[in-house]
Amino acid sequence: MPDAIAPETITLFINDRPLTVAAGTSVAAAIAIGGNPVTRLSVTGMPRAPLCGMGICQECRVTIDGQPHQLACQTPCAPQMQVWTAPYKEIT
Amino acid sequence: MNCRPDALVIGAGIVGAACAAELAACGLTVTIVERHVVGGGATAAGMGHLVVMDDNPAELALTRYSLELWREFVAGRKQQNEYSPCGTLWIAADAEEMAAAAAKQATLATHGIGCELLDAAALYRLEPHLRPGLAGGLRVAGDAIVYPPKSAALLLAQAQQRGAQLLSDDVLAIDAQGVTLASGGRIDAGLVLVANGVACAQLLPELPIQPKKGHVVVTERYPDFIRHQLVELGYIKSAHAGSGDSVAFNLQPRPTGQLLIGSSRQFDRSDTTLDLPMVSRMLAHAAQFVPQLAQLKAIRCWSGVRAASPDGLPLLGPHPGLQPNRTNVWLAVGHEGLGITTALASARLLAAQITAQAAAIDILPYLPARFPAIIDTAPAHA
Repeated sequence: MPDAIAPETITLFINDRPLTVAAGTSVAAAIAIGGNPVTRLSVTGMPRAPLCGMGICQECRVTIDGQPHQLACQTPCAPQMQVWTAPYKEIT
Repeated sequence: MNCRPDALVIGAGIVGAACAAELAACGLTVTIVERHVVGGGATAAGMGHLVVMDDNPAELALTRYSLELWREFVAGRKQQNEYSPCGTLWIAADAEEMAAAAAKQATLATHGIGCELLDAAALYRLEPHLRPGLAGGLRVAGDAIVYPPKSAALLLAQAQQRGAQLLSDDVLAIDAQGVTLASGGRIDAGLVLVANGVACAQLLPELPIQPKKGHVVVTERYPDFIRHQLVELGYIKSAHAGSGDSVAFNLQPRPTGQLLIGSSRQFDRSDTTLDLPMVSRMLAHAAQFVPQLAQLKAIRCWSGVRAASPDGLPLLGPHPGLQPNRTNVWLAVGHEGLGITTALASARLLAAQITAQAAAIDILPYLPARFPAIIDTAPAHA
């Protein structure tokens, strides 16, 4: 029986720009689909993007719904989710 | 290698390194023996808080003097020590603690230590992440923080620049002429200075030094989450308990933006294995003061062992024992939670006594001879 409640696509916001992805897409994948895979900056300001994709390397840290240091590769996209990558928002 | 150094220092933690640097500056030949990593013991496990403490006049005199020395030491080397003059904010939860804050303010002010009493409004202006309902606090702006392993390494380098030599070995025993080493050798020395923290009880079983285990958690980077080192005034009740496990709120902002969360005290545990129920209790207690802590990400936790003395003051001076293997033994141990703060003053007081110079403050309250039991119970031979 098809699930009438689960959406097939999800719309979320990456750096305030809307993006529609397939349900089940990770935030890291959505960021890459959005065109600029950079998730954070190193302590010396160099761009970083996910390396391991399995929650270990910590390079995919982004701010999700106001919470900093969330692992994008371990977080599934949710409707209306607000994602900020480091070049766009100071981590506070 | 110095074939018969004037001084053999046991332990290259912050106290041993500071003593080595000071003795070398006085012109003594110094050999320092470290069995593990320089600054790797209790030195690396604590928070590196440079804090004036006034639980008793002797503690106030020692911490105040030492903080002056720290300001001189870090001048021109702030980054190398990861020094941050964030100050301490003592938190008063209720009217009783507010009265304690006022008393503390009066004591510190009498001794020329700048501090300001804060009512609740002022407290929340400075630290908005504190939970509502607190009474106020006391801000001591002159307190600061360092990263102690770096400071210990700098002190050791200073000692070495003045001719001191570092030996990677373990001291098995102290005898009338010097020490025997785990590697099988021995070193004769003019004097032996024991500065190895809780391990001193292995070499000198008569010393009244008790282990007090603590834990610390470090978080991800949250710059400007808090601005001062936050300590609850109730901390003092916990720190002087004679037995049992206790936690107290202690939160530090590091220059990296990370937070150090403490603190815990457990008696008679000298291992550094993590006690997770204790860590959990410590974090729950901290979250009572800063509720948002529960949402932050911790990246690591560890434990360390403080060396506590019966009266909360370190042992700084000659071993009073009369046996041949105790004469020419000097002690710089028992600093408990103030090892970083008082390391530099400890070194000055030891060096003054060893070189028969006047010390900058009264040495009497810290002399090991104040514990008469250790004079007679030292074993006759190693």
